[in-house]
Amino acid sequence: MIVIQGSNMAEAHPVGFQWVMEAKRRGAKVFHVDPRFTRTSAVADSYLPIRAGTDIALLGGVVRYILDNELDFREYVLSYTNAATIVSEQFSDTEDGDGFFSGFDPETGSYVQDSWQYEGHEGSSGSGHTAKERDTAAGLRHESHGAEVGGQTRRDETLQHPRCVYQILKRHFARYTPEMVERVCGIPQEKFLELAEAWTRNSGRERTGMLIYSVGWTQHSVGVQYIRTGAIIQLLLGNMGRPGGGVMALRGHASIQGSTDIPTLFNLLPGYLPMPHHADHPTFDEWVDSIRHPGQKGFWGNARSFAASLLKAYWGDAATPENDFCYGYLPRMTGDHGTYQQVLDMIDGKIKGYFLLGQNPAVGSAHGRAQRLGMANLDWLVVRDLFMIESATFWQNGPEVATGEIVPEECRTEVFFLPAASHVEKEGTFTQTQRLLQWREKAVEPPGDARSELWFFYHLGLKLREKLAGSDLPRDRALLDLTWDYPTHGPRAEPSAESVLREINGYDVATGRPLSSFAEAREDGSTAIGCWIYTGVYADGVNQAARRKSRHEQDWVAAEWGWAWPANRRILYNRASADPDGNPWSERKRYVWWDPEKGEWTGYDVPDFEKTKPPSYRPPQGASGTEGIAGDDPFVMQGDGKGWLYAPSGVLDGPMPTHYEPVESPVRNPLYRQQANPTRKTYAHPVNSVNPSPPEPHSQVFPYVFTVSRLTEHHTAGGMSRTVRPLAELQPEMFVEVSPELAAEVGLAHLGWAHLVSGRAVIEAKVLVTDRLTPLRVDGRIIHQVWLPYHFGFEGLVTGDSANDLFGISLDPNVLIQESKIGTCDVRPGRRPTGSALLDLVGEYQRRAGITPGRNAPAVTIDSGADSDGEGRGDS
Amino acid sequence: MFMGSLAWEGVSGMGLRTFIEGWPVYRQLTGTDPLGRGAAAQSARSAELTARTEAADSVARSVCPYCAVGCAQRVFVKDGQVSQIEGDPDSPISRGRLCPKGAASKSLVTSPLRQTKVRYRRPYSTQWEDLELDTALDMIADRMLAAREQTWEDVDSAGRPLNRTLGFSSLGGATLDNEENYLIKKLFTAMGALQIENQARI
Amino acid sequence: MIPDPNSLYGPLDPAPDAGWSSAPPRMGFFTDTSVCIGCKACEVACKEWNNVPGSGLDLLGMSYDNTGALTANSWRHVAFIEQPLPAGHRSPPFTGTPTGEPVSAASAAVAAGTGNRTGTDPGLPTGAPSAAARMATSGPADVLGDPIDAGQRPRHGQGSGDAGAGPQFLGMPGAQPPGRGTGAEGRADFRWLMMSDVCKHCTHAACLDVCPTGSLFRTEFGTVVVQEDICNGCGYCISACPYGVIDQRKDDGRAWKCTLCYDRLGAGQTPACAQACPTESIQYGELDELRERAAARVATLHERGVPEARLYGHDPNDGVGGDGAFFLLLDEPEVYGLPPDPVVTTRDLPKMWKRAGLAALAMAAATVAAFVGGSS
Repeated sequence: MIVIQGSNMAEAHPVGFQWVMEAKRRGAKVFHVDPRFTRTSAVADSYLPIRAGTDIALLGGVVRYILDNELDFREYVLSYTNAATIVSEQFSDTEDGDGFFSGFDPETGSYVQDSWQYEGHEGSSGSGHTAKERDTAAGLRHESHGAEVGGQTRRDETLQHPRCVYQILKRHFARYTPEMVERVCGIPQEKFLELAEAWTRNSGRERTGMLIYSVGWTQHSVGVQYIRTGAIIQLLLGNMGRPGGGVMALRGHASIQGSTDIPTLFNLLPGYLPMPHHADHPTFDEWVDSIRHPGQKGFWGNARSFAASLLKAYWGDAATPENDFCYGYLPRMTGDHGTYQQVLDMIDGKIKGYFLLGQNPAVGSAHGRAQRLGMANLDWLVVRDLFMIESATFWQNGPEVATGEIVPEECRTEVFFLPAASHVEKEGTFTQTQRLLQWREKAVEPPGDARSELWFFYHLGLKLREKLAGSDLPRDRALLDLTWDYPTHGPRAEPSAESVLREINGYDVATGRPLSSFAEAREDGSTAIGCWIYTGVYADGVNQAARRKSRHEQDWVAAEWGWAWPANRRILYNRASADPDGNPWSERKRYVWWDPEKGEWTGYDVPDFEKTKPPSYRPPQGASGTEGIAGDDPFVMQGDGKGWLYAPSGVLDGPMPTHYEPVESPVRNPLYRQQANPTRKTYAHPVNSVNPSPPEPHSQVFPYVFTVSRLTEHHTAGGMSRTVRPLAELQPEMFVEVSPELAAEVGLAHLGWAHLVSGRAVIEAKVLVTDRLTPLRVDGRIIHQVWLPYHFGFEGLVTGDSANDLFGISLDPNVLIQESKIGTCDVRPGRRPTGSALLDLVGEYQRRAGITPGRNAPAVTIDSGADSDGEGRGDS
Repeated sequence: MFMGSLAWEGVSGMGLRTFIEGWPVYRQLTGTDPLGRGAAAQSARSAELTARTEAADSVARSVCPYCAVGCAQRVFVKDGQVSQIEGDPDSPISRGRLCPKGAASKSLVTSPLRQTKVRYRRPYSTQWEDLELDTALDMIADRMLAAREQTWEDVDSAGRPLNRTLGFSSLGGATLDNEENYLIKKLFTAMGALQIENQARI
Repeated sequence: MIPDPNSLYGPLDPAPDAGWSSAPPRMGFFTDTSVCIGCKACEVACKEWNNVPGSGLDLLGMSYDNTGALTANSWRHVAFIEQPLPAGHRSPPFTGTPTGEPVSAASAAVAAGTGNRTGTDPGLPTGAPSAAARMATSGPADVLGDPIDAGQRPRHGQGSGDAGAGPQFLGMPGAQPPGRGTGAEGRADFRWLMMSDVCKHCTHAACLDVCPTGSLFRTEFGTVVVQEDICNGCGYCISACPYGVIDQRKDDGRAWKCTLCYDRLGAGQTPACAQACPTESIQYGELDELRERAAARVATLHERGVPEARLYGHDPNDGVGGDGAFFLLLDEPEVYGLPPDPVVTTRDLPKMWKRAGLAALAMAAATVAAFVGGSS
């Protein structure tokens, strides 16, 4: 059983999809849920069309189906999840709050989480007030660990207590009936039941089911909660930590996992250590304690060692226990410094320079016009890429040049285009979607001026230090004290990637010996570790990521191909593949188990548990850290060792997922008065706008739903595919897919032109009329959805308007990812106007829709009552 | 009957007997292929044909640069040029297979559209011009330091340390190597530059 | 010296027949379209390996097929067929969706929200009175905007209204755009077929038979290859091919097609397309073994409720003596743009040449004798 939802795996990850086909060949059933019938649907056993942005309603329906029919894997749920944990009596649910959990603060549009806590921990754990967490995308920290929670909890093993998580969950999802699923998602009941029955039937002791998602889930204003709902199902069915189970996040770029682990993100330091916040983390101790939560169970208890070792890797000899390892050198966050905030700040003239490193926001980010206007208002821009991409030529060829908004002679941005080395022209590691690091050997020298980022940043660093040499300004100490002495080789003085990998792995400061495991990290400055979760990748001085033992020469887990973090573990939380006593749940599904003879955990994979801690171990009273993890607590990074059906903290928009409409929706939320996620991140900036949604007036000006995604034949913003002839010719033009019904309604002809209008932009595309899109009946109404690829831009062998131009900027509160999988628009036949007429058209729509630039719909939905706004408000 | 049309100018330069023996009709009449459709029709080029990967000077073990599946690639090099990129059958992840993008990797890295020179656009200019790489590096370093100088924040209003600049920012990194991201983060953090973002946010 | 008439027709192991006395087993492709995901890795891998030039940057509107056909510059071609038909393995994808009902501006108004007038009609284009007028009519319109008579409403026919009443759409690539003719009863069922087409490497290859230069030849692997150093661009092969595969390149005039990666085979490697194929839709191997595998696959699919699975080109008794590249299809061959019953176009040649051939051979022998004699 494989459920693919929020992902078009066959198209976006075709080679990974071979394993789905392999499972299918062996009899697995494949379900695909998607707004349109795709190449994944074509080979699935069942396809469910869904209204974009309603996945929580569907998955919530599955949760209800499981709980109402008591189809959960009870033994697993009791032992390994927090189902039995009792929650504070101060907690109240959305079902009682018309879409709000307890603790909502309308002032900041965010929650105070005290009332969500486990009983007895109110106020003593959790994030408390979360407005700050939202601005710093704190949810990202939890990529490697759960949020703060009390280790010792009160439980009711009978699951009957009205405030135990199991009962709370049951009440919360009680309204997610098959009828409600149909009403919200447009999925007929029989289709829903087909999914729910198959999922539950194929999970349990003998069988496991897998859930696969991708950015079809993350790019929403409630994105994190989509994934939470999937995780709840997989925990209830006992599918986590077991072979053939799990929640598989298919990431979209060669090392996007790596760039989160070793983050080029404003709010993180390597290994998911938070970037310090000016108010919360004035001292090293306060910073470290905010990570390790003294008294909490689990491996984060050692956070002080990881933090000290990172600073030691950065500042070497200068970092000592006495000076808190130069903690004072770290810059401090004061709020949201994310990419969308940056772009708005560029438009406002607050940012002077911008580096684009293999990234093309003029096409690839939401609200392309804002991106380009921002870049046009910089002092300088550095673009490092293989090709002359749109983000380098916006001042010359961009759509705003055509409309007169950017005049080259008046655009002051100084642009440096520096050619980059390709993947075969440099060596280093990518971390792929399952946390596996693979080393690439260099095949050839880069051509001409092309250089690796390693070369560029290393030599840039040398230049900067040279220019500051002798400075006595305190601010320059951090740069001058930095360890920046990597060996170089070759005529171009290419720095050694392997020496950087060695630093990432970490080493004993005194001897230089590479560390083998993050358990060796010390808080006294005797170890230096660039990214603690990667420790072991250079164990024994051997580049473990370069291992290429053929799959024919090892077992199916293939532990000697590359290296996976943490500790070369291929399935996380695999202690859960054995029962509480340490025996495999079934012979068919054996993976990791307790060997009583040897007194250790063993199996096909590296056990995700202390090797010699027996299943019978119970922590002494008051134990914390790893000592606090019981022998049957498989979720070792969680503060209570349990999988969370209910998240008392860490998720900012609720301890349980609940259905909110997308920020732009043609439909009123059928579940609550509250229309959209009340905690979503919005920007009241004149360049930004949100199309009206019910109950606000004029939503019908944008009656259609559009969604965007990838084609197999192209890659993201097209910089690596529209420039490559054999790919460009396979999908040579921008197009929009519409149902025959919508084509008839709007008057679109196959292969004719259409243009789409939102409150931000108008774009044109060729029309593909196809049965693969279908109108949906939602709450008695007909909803039309159209689909666009987002790969096109104005440079390259094949060009076209950019779908991302249609979007405004609204973000998920947990991770500040934008809602760019759904928006509303109008669809019109023919080509779009050009020049200033284009701006007039958008302005006309804004006027008719009552859009005031910079104004967002209020976070808390105010029901204006029945149709209070009438004829007068719109145009005539 | 299926007689070859001869290229007579080919005769000079080779011995007549060799020429005759290489003549399809001769081979057809004297060999095992009387109809001249197989062995006898094989041209000299065909007879010598071999996979160009066999003639590679070196093979690098690499990984596809597109999506995150992490398909293993073998990069074949001949005379300093990439002559072929294909899937590595040893990989337990991809088993030697590639999607159209991975399969187009050779066209990607050898594309004639690739920029190989530093380009520079002056403020208010309508065109690109050339720039030396080292000059560019120098200019960029100067601009970073100037932006940092102008926007440096030592402390917040309550006197707590900020130690940062919001004067410049960066976006990218999801197709870069871990080692590269490590240096980027390390250098920017040491400069107090906070606004480092990448595709993982998008 | 008189060729056995059978060698141009009927079952045969072609490599030994073409003079390869110690030929390896015949190699070929089995393309299982039931697992094809239409990714086109085969098309690209082929072009990369064989340095095949670009084939144009045109949006064809034939579902996701922008290659169009097998040509001199496309030696693999993935066909996409969108059909309102059930797929054996799957529950009907659009059951219960409102595709059976007509849609109208009024329904869009309801869909848009309250249904109350707010002074702006839903989606009403401000600048196109004709479109506005169209939307104002309550009845559905076809894609050309003509109002449709409710009695015989084609769902979305190209043209004015014969799609509903016409013959069932077979999905021939290029015949019609997708999304037409699904019938007034609505469309609960749908399937999307994909097939990677390639040269069939016929047992009896008419292209080879008619090639006057010996450019086309039978390799020791039983495949059919154009030798680019020999081809003079006469083009006889093009009209001879019963599948319309072989094609002339515009700029150099020569004929080009799939070589089954003859160079790779010689080095013991798998052809580029088969090696790249993510889902093992394209399988390469010994033809005998592939035929067994294919038969087993058909049996499995029949067991799993896919009765429409059938093989194409596998039968040594068919009109071309069986194909070196054969297919598992999920519909009639015509649907994929394949001829239902291909026959080698040179089938009757032996009879015709019985007399002419003798004379020609005698002449050729005399010519050779004169040369050889003269040099010794």
